Amino acid sequence: MSLIAAASPTTTWYLILAAVLFAIGAVGVLVRRNPLVMFMCIELMLNAVNLSFVALAKKLGDIGGQTTVFFVMVVAAAEVVVGLGIIVSIMRRRPGATADDISALKG
Amino acid sequence: MELVVFVLAAAMILVGAVGVIVRSNPVHAALSLILTLFGVAVLFVAQNAHFLAAVQVIVYAGAIVVLFLFVIMLLGVDRAEDITTEPFKVQRPLAAIVGLGLAGLVIAAVVASRDVVIPRGSGIDVADVVGDGDSNIKQLSRSVFGDYVVAFEVTSVLLVVAVVGTVLLTRRIKSGKDS
Repeated sequence: MSLIAAASPTTTWYLILAAVLFAIGAVGVLVRRNPLVMFMCIELMLNAVNLSFVALAKKLGDIGGQTTVFFVMVVAAAEVVVGLGIIVSIMRRRPGATADDISALKG
Repeated sequence: MELVVFVLAAAMILVGAVGVIVRSNPVHAALSLILTLFGVAVLFVAQNAHFLAAVQVIVYAGAIVVLFLFVIMLLGVDRAEDITTEPFKVQRPLAAIVGLGLAGLVIAAVVASRDVVIPRGSGIDVADVVGDGDSNIKQLSRSVFGDYVVAFEVTSVLLVVAVVGTVLLTRRIKSGKDS
């Protein structure tokens, strides 16, 4: 029991977890065809990167990593707003479209 | 104790992430995404990033996932889609290979460089563990409004452009000649 209490996760563990989370998000973008779910997988990858930024900010003793995460969150919010706007305007024109149907970038 | 927190949060993150890519109903995928985002927020608290944990819960789990759910309901795509049949046969094995290769390469790089000593940056120090509760917010604000104030102002322009662009994109164009 004291072994469990004494062991504390190091930065390497956080980085490995972030790598696994990023890979799951990448696989999701590759296999799913619903554009909404593909967007969610992009959010997964962004969160993996945020996690590694925060872990390295603690390890290096520099708050700049957390500042970068703050800006990544702002850009992710803007990206979701624009992306969902595009998806709404596409889906209104043709309901049930998948990523294969909208590969030509024109209506 | 820290180990228990890490293991539980990592389990939340991984279960939620797998849920996002295997659930056939987009609503269930969005709810799995909330589980992952909460797990990441827990790990932010464990790393003394208290402000980012609050922003993670409010902005990501609150605003962004609610936006996803709004769009799912608005478009009426909240039905389970058929993900058992795959029209392009080799796609899933190839995606699995790419995913495993990506994770393997990054993990190998992380493990190989875990003993490398990196000189610490010239920025503001992170909050120490025994500091008062406000120290993380104080240091982060000193960084955002000090070193990165130009980037902060540019993000405000970015948000305005995103909002205006989305309004223009989703506006229905009236076909009448009443203008």
